[in-house]
Amino acid sequence: MADTSYHVDKRPPVIGPGHTFKTITDKIGSIVLTPHTPMAWFVVTFIGFNLLLVLTVSLVYLLLKGVGIWGTNIPVGWAFPIINFVWWIGIGHAGTLISAILLLFKQDWRTSINRFAEAMTLFAVACAAIFPIIHTGRPWLAAYWLFPYPNTMSLWPNFKSPLIWDVFAVSTYAIVSLLFWYTGLIPDLATFRDKAKHNISKRIYGVLALGWRGSARHWERYEKATLLLAGLSTPLVLSVHTVVSFDFAVAVLPGWHATIFPPYFVAGAVYAGFAMVLTLAIPLRKLYGVEDFITMRHIDNMAKVMLVTGLIVVYGYACEMFYGWYSANQYERFMLINRTTGPYGWSYWMLLLCNFIVPQLMWSRRMRHNLLAVFIVAMFVNVGMWLERFVIVVTSLHRDFLPSSWDMYYPTVWDFSTFFGTIGLFLTLFFLFVRVLPMIAIFEMRMLLPTAATAHGEAGEVGIVEDENGEVR
Amino acid sequence: MDFSEIRTRLEGLDGRTYWRSLDELSGTPEFQEFLHREFPSQAAEFTDPKGRRDFLRLMGASIALAGATACTRQPAEKIVPYVRQPEELVPGRPLFYATAMPLGGYGMPLLAESHMGRPTKTEGNPEHPASLGATDIYGQAAILDLYDPDRSRTVLDRGDVSTWSTFVTAFRNQLNAQAATQGAGLRILTEQVTSPTLADQIQTLLQAYPGAKWHQWDPVFGVMQTSGSAVPAEQATYRLDQADIVVSLDADFLGFGPAAVRAQKDFAKRRRVDHPGADMNRLYVVEPTLTVTGGKADHRLPLKARDVHAFAAALAGAVGAGSSAGAPGAELPADAAKWISAIATDLQAHRGKSVIIAGDKQPPAVHAIARAMNEALGNAGTTVTYGAPVARTNADGVASLRELVGDMAAGRVEVLLILGGNPVFTAPIDLGFAHQLQKVALRAHLSQTVDETSDLCHWHINEAHFLEAWGDIRSFDGTVTLQQPLIAPLYGGKSALEVIAALNGQGDKSGLDLVRDYWMRGVAGQTADSWNVTVGETFDKTWRQALHDGFIAGTSAFDAAASAPVAPAGAAPTAAPAVAGPVGTSGTTQAPSMTGLEIIFRPDPTILDGRFANNGWLQELPKPLTKITWDAVAYMSAHTAERLGLQSRDLVTLSYRGRQQQMPVWVQPGHVDESVTVHFGYGRPKAGRVGSNVGFNAFTLRHADAPWFDGGLEISKTGTYDISTTQVHHSMEGRHLVRAVTREQYAAHPESVHAMAHTPAPDMTLYPKFEYNGYKWGMAIDTATCTGCSVCIIACQSENNIAIVGKEYVGRGREMHWLRVDTYYAGNIDTPETYHQPVPCMQCENAPCEQVCPVAATTHSAEGLNDMVYNRCVGTRYCSNNCPYKVRRFNFLLYSDYSTPSFDMMRNPDVTVRSRGVMEKCTYCVQRINHVRGDAKTEGRSIRDGEIQTACEQACPSDAIVFGDLNDPNSRVSKLKAQERNYGILEDLNTRPRTTYLAAVRNPNPALEPAATQTSQPARH
Repeated sequence: MADTSYHVDKRPPVIGPGHTFKTITDKIGSIVLTPHTPMAWFVVTFIGFNLLLVLTVSLVYLLLKGVGIWGTNIPVGWAFPIINFVWWIGIGHAGTLISAILLLFKQDWRTSINRFAEAMTLFAVACAAIFPIIHTGRPWLAAYWLFPYPNTMSLWPNFKSPLIWDVFAVSTYAIVSLLFWYTGLIPDLATFRDKAKHNISKRIYGVLALGWRGSARHWERYEKATLLLAGLSTPLVLSVHTVVSFDFAVAVLPGWHATIFPPYFVAGAVYAGFAMVLTLAIPLRKLYGVEDFITMRHIDNMAKVMLVTGLIVVYGYACEMFYGWYSANQYERFMLINRTTGPYGWSYWMLLLCNFIVPQLMWSRRMRHNLLAVFIVAMFVNVGMWLERFVIVVTSLHRDFLPSSWDMYYPTVWDFSTFFGTIGLFLTLFFLFVRVLPMIAIFEMRMLLPTAATAHGEAGEVGIVEDENGEVR
Repeated sequence: MDFSEIRTRLEGLDGRTYWRSLDELSGTPEFQEFLHREFPSQAAEFTDPKGRRDFLRLMGASIALAGATACTRQPAEKIVPYVRQPEELVPGRPLFYATAMPLGGYGMPLLAESHMGRPTKTEGNPEHPASLGATDIYGQAAILDLYDPDRSRTVLDRGDVSTWSTFVTAFRNQLNAQAATQGAGLRILTEQVTSPTLADQIQTLLQAYPGAKWHQWDPVFGVMQTSGSAVPAEQATYRLDQADIVVSLDADFLGFGPAAVRAQKDFAKRRRVDHPGADMNRLYVVEPTLTVTGGKADHRLPLKARDVHAFAAALAGAVGAGSSAGAPGAELPADAAKWISAIATDLQAHRGKSVIIAGDKQPPAVHAIARAMNEALGNAGTTVTYGAPVARTNADGVASLRELVGDMAAGRVEVLLILGGNPVFTAPIDLGFAHQLQKVALRAHLSQTVDETSDLCHWHINEAHFLEAWGDIRSFDGTVTLQQPLIAPLYGGKSALEVIAALNGQGDKSGLDLVRDYWMRGVAGQTADSWNVTVGETFDKTWRQALHDGFIAGTSAFDAAASAPVAPAGAAPTAAPAVAGPVGTSGTTQAPSMTGLEIIFRPDPTILDGRFANNGWLQELPKPLTKITWDAVAYMSAHTAERLGLQSRDLVTLSYRGRQQQMPVWVQPGHVDESVTVHFGYGRPKAGRVGSNVGFNAFTLRHADAPWFDGGLEISKTGTYDISTTQVHHSMEGRHLVRAVTREQYAAHPESVHAMAHTPAPDMTLYPKFEYNGYKWGMAIDTATCTGCSVCIIACQSENNIAIVGKEYVGRGREMHWLRVDTYYAGNIDTPETYHQPVPCMQCENAPCEQVCPVAATTHSAEGLNDMVYNRCVGTRYCSNNCPYKVRRFNFLLYSDYSTPSFDMMRNPDVTVRSRGVMEKCTYCVQRINHVRGDAKTEGRSIRDGEIQTACEQACPSDAIVFGDLNDPNSRVSKLKAQERNYGILEDLNTRPRTTYLAAVRNPNPALEPAATQTSQPARH
């Protein structure tokens, strides 16, 4: 009653005060178009690249020896690789969610984080995509036998298998995410083409900009394309993790065979994705001094999304427990008892700590505005979501129907090296991206400026190609 | 582990609660272990000195191809195929020849399958009374020993390569030198011998050198705990199919020994309950350590080995067969009196239809008591016959060896010829055999590998495998069995027969000539032993028939009238004098101690005394009951472990008579308290690439005067030790996997088996019903007869080219056996009931694995098989995750050995050798199905019931596994599945398994087990 005014927004702004078109372009552009690379970049990239080398060694050894270098066994036929796959795919959800769904909902605060969140998505999907192939016994065959290609023996994949659905879901998601991300980059690439001093950079950005000139027609098509891709991506956000959850839900295994899995997995994915965006954003804004663009409002919003999706996930845990008990099925009940008090019970309680208890701190505004606290909570969620997949995959498999076949699973050094190796791949790709591409969408940021808002009605004029001085033409 | 807590937990549970092991019961937090082991076995393939696979690969390069290339030579002599004539030799069609495997001197009759001259598989000889078509694990694993790349390839003279003719010349020169003293310095040491031809050859040699002596030593089969008394003069042959009541006095008659296969066949006949209310036998077992036999017992009383004598004496008193005074110092448990009166009453009620069996690890006195009881009860002649021993050698090998060692120590032995065996490793530790051996001026050893004994001998002669050499041998029942070679010796080895013949100056004769000549003389009555052989028209015809059959008809104790002698007339008297040494001719024999912690010696259940240590199949075969692989352990009861503060996987030092030996502990349910069973056979320093330095050597504790049990053991904990088992700690969790009823229950409520779980209606599926118009394969497994002996596992391994993975990978859960035998315990941990369940692929009608394979590598065949297409498999392992029975096995690494040339010849050519990254599983031996289908098609008929036998079915000595066509209502399997006992495991998942089980039926004595405790758990849905 007191304040029904929609226009008076008391929340912190999504962009710091005092910015103009030029300052935005300069600030974001200077991160890339400078010969001076900050020392911190070298440090992180060095770590990431070394981990990437670890991944390379692990993969080469894996291909030479076989999947037996891992701790996988019978009955635990899936372990780290599948856990990692689901974890990475989950992380990959935030980018598309931010760029597509929040775009459709006209959440303007998404602007400053969508670019790197999308990049994060792509790289996370790249990391994820490694695992389904390498976890197979014969990856050189799995790499193409899962696709329905015509062959002389008229052999098709088994369309009843969720793994085939996975192939389609993940590859579609990867392609659409790439298109979306690249489409969004084009205006900025054109800006870089124009601003770059070095001849080779000019040419590379020029080629990548696909002849963008910023004409009104370009902008119109751009807006349409973006909207269409957003529309396409939106169901994908839901479908990919739904299909991934089918890998489990379709199986007969207690702990896997549950109808709650699709929504629960999607919520978990968004949860993990936002945690990872926070994990990246908090150090990045500090490192590159872009606190004006990624403001406390962003952090606050993301923390809220994390809290909400986290609670949905916890609801999923509760449902699992309830179903297990209410089913009166002896296998389901045993699974719950084993999950909570069995030899891997610690992982379940750690999971609750990471995914349930610690994120409750985000109810507090003070905590949401404490960067260190948010970062730590996000790290807990990253770990917690990995543990969630560990709980689902390993504790369900290691004790299923016949007690005689129960066994334990112990990861080997190669399990860890492959996992950390993909983190290296991710870091390397991400920091290369930060170095050579605008990590924040320049033109979209400029649209956030009040000056842009006033001109918003005349779309073409906001669209922005600059002259040599950085002035808007 | 807190045993009192376990007991409390068990007492708190209602009815029959199943559990698998003590770890599970105690609820040990494996979390601790996980934390401890989170970075454990990492990268072990880099550094593990036992990284067998890599070693094999490296060795592969150095393995001589010379032997391999020469392998397919056919022997020059004509051998007679069992089923088909040699001219029918068609590529792709195997031929079967009857032969026999010697083990402990006795013959295990076999049919060997030969593919183009390469033996690839051994089966039991169905017409032979000692086999009836089944084998033991050794018979199934023999083929791997033939192709063992570690077999010795040449004669060695003090470690240098030499030749057979050089050896013969050199050795005969020595013999000539001995002639002056009538061979007073010559000694021959063999294992137990039953072969008539070999015995005849040795007699010939001994006649030429009257001063020479023939000694025998076999640490497993020819040893009796004598305590100074004479061994029984006659051996017992049991007819268990005639017995209603069987009482075992520490006799593992189903699980161990040359008679076990026949015993299982006969026992199972009386164990099958084909309709509610059917009669069945009742088995009482009194034994210290849980055995395969004890696991089948209706009533099993754990008793220290040293107290069995007293129990036997008391039982004899109760049935009126002599004095009830037992060995001094024995103390029977308080409830023994109840047992004795119950068993005695039962025995009295079944006079002439019961049998008391004394164990071969028990002293002669117990055998005498058992015989007295059998005679008093009128069983002798009906359920048991007594006759002259089949072995030509002294049953008391210890005495024989003791005398030899005494002579060696005194310098009386100048030439020693050791034919087979490995006495340096296996001799009682107190005799100092290895030390005294080196006082002999010339020593030669015949063996298949350069082992510990060969190492200490001047000459090593490479021995021919039994599939490479001619011979004859007798099975436990006396049947003269002919041993035909299937392949020329791969490395030019010689048999013991050929060695002795060469020393007799008959070196120019082939093994065939030696055996044939003996029997030509034998049937003509010209041999020292007289043989009652009916000769047909000509000797040739008789000989051909015998070769075809694999044995000489009419020589079995089973064929003869009840009291006919087992051995041919006159055999025993001629054999006996040749055998050196009555008991206790040298050294002092000291009676085993009756006080203190008891130590019991047992041969390892799979590798015996170490003679099979280099056989990877037997090493990796989960030991019946414990499922331990690749290790020897010391069993003890929960009470004893609790008192000593020990638990499974603790490493302890066993101190006994001043000697120490380390060994891991295994808490074995059903073991008697205050007693420890150690298994010898492991820890061989020179077994080969597979078996060298694996496990702990219990021979270092075994003494000549107490080879099987003694008191005075002390134990102290020194650490912990990793043991790889194929089934870890678990209970049945009330899941009714093995359903058990008593005979009375089944008679009164046949439906009670089905009531234990819910079976969904067959139309509960979204998919359209499939009509099986042709064959519809299925299998039924009778858990009432299954003894858990695990022959099926080895048979499957041999038939289907299944790889071994080694101890480390078994520990990681990577074993490859397509068929496993699950063992569950029920009841309390001191006297549990034991149930076995062989688990092959269930070939589910609604197979969960088929749905989830992304590349359709596992599909349903039109005959109902769940086929596995190895070529198509990419290895996602999704099928295994989704298999509720976890019967699928994955090649996580390259487990199949592609680099050892000799293994190429061993493999079944009809079965793909699976490479790395491929899932595999039981196929109901689809190659056998297809083979028979082809034949049937050619002959324009349908496949007959029983014409296809899966490998497991064929090998099973209890006939517990039956395979056949479910579309044929008259097939054996259809009839079994029609029984009320038939059920499927996890049927409530609606997988509709093709492999189903028949509920176990027990036949308890109401006097010992009140009906109230017999009730099963109520059904849970």
